[in-house]
Amino acid sequence: MKKIYKILTILSILCVFMFFIGCATTHDRLLETGTSQVQLRNIQTRAFDTTDKKKTLRTIIATLQDLGFVVDKADSILGSVSATKLDRYALRMTVTVRPRGETQLLVRANAQYRLTAVNDPEPYQQFFTSLEKAMFLAAHEVD
Amino acid sequence: MHEHIHKSIFIFLCIVLIISCQPKIPKDALKFTPETLEQRQIQTRYFDTSDEPKILSACAALLQDLGFNLDESETHLGVIVASKKRSAENAGQIVGAVFLAVLTGVYMPVDKNQLMRACVVTKPAGEEGKRIAVRVIFQRLVWNTQGQCTKRERLKDAKIYQDFFEKLSKSVFLEAQQI
Repeated sequence: MKKIYKILTILSILCVFMFFIGCATTHDRLLETGTSQVQLRNIQTRAFDTTDKKKTLRTIIATLQDLGFVVDKADSILGSVSATKLDRYALRMTVTVRPRGETQLLVRANAQYRLTAVNDPEPYQQFFTSLEKAMFLAAHEVD
Repeated sequence: MHEHIHKSIFIFLCIVLIISCQPKIPKDALKFTPETLEQRQIQTRYFDTSDEPKILSACAALLQDLGFNLDESETHLGVIVASKKRSAENAGQIVGAVFLAVLTGVYMPVDKNQLMRACVVTKPAGEEGKRIAVRVIFQRLVWNTQGQCTKRERLKDAKIYQDFFEKLSKSVFLEAQQI
């Protein structure tokens, strides 16, 4: 009787392992999104009351530098900046700027911490608070 | 029997815990800190000119002097990114590893390669942009003999930045003299 229980325990542990090993495909992470697309954009985007794209990009670069990032790539026509922060960890960010209507610019940021996408609202809130201070402009949430 | 079930539940919970433990982004990673202003001052110098391309090209020439290769440049935004790969071997560390190997028979991996990155950003400053602010930040990644990344850091030593800007002043002068 005791032996049967032992075998059953081993089998159940094996089953649990098989369960985790079974879902070992990793390529499906290519197009995964952590939260819904709309929600994610909401978290990562703010609108600023300015139309000066170049100046906004320069301010974004300065803010990233203040936060300890080193720029990896910058493009004034596409309006994008990518940067990496190394502080025992690696944090990578891409910030893009595009016009919204006649009077505003949309700034969107996305971050990757180690091997995961950052989907929490708080780090982005912190980033935009830092950016607000550097821009001398308020960041508006976008619906 | 009960013990067995308890044990298996415990193991199962441990596995779930390990899998669900995703690293969280550090709390202050995207916040200005009291250190921010100090670092900005260490990493920035001003040049009394409105000729941004001239300063940028002096920066690029200096980075070449220092053995860096340019990775990315965007003159419209005043950005230059450069890097160089060098050896990270350190006599002290190797001696320590050999000593440990002799004593215990355990081979300790030592630092082998490092990638150093520099990012120079220029920005018009002051009234009517008559001055150019130059800010540089250096980073370093170190790998050991087993190919693991052992160090990821931003260089904060003020002396490095002071030396860089001394050389940059010279480079701006040389560019002006077309040397």
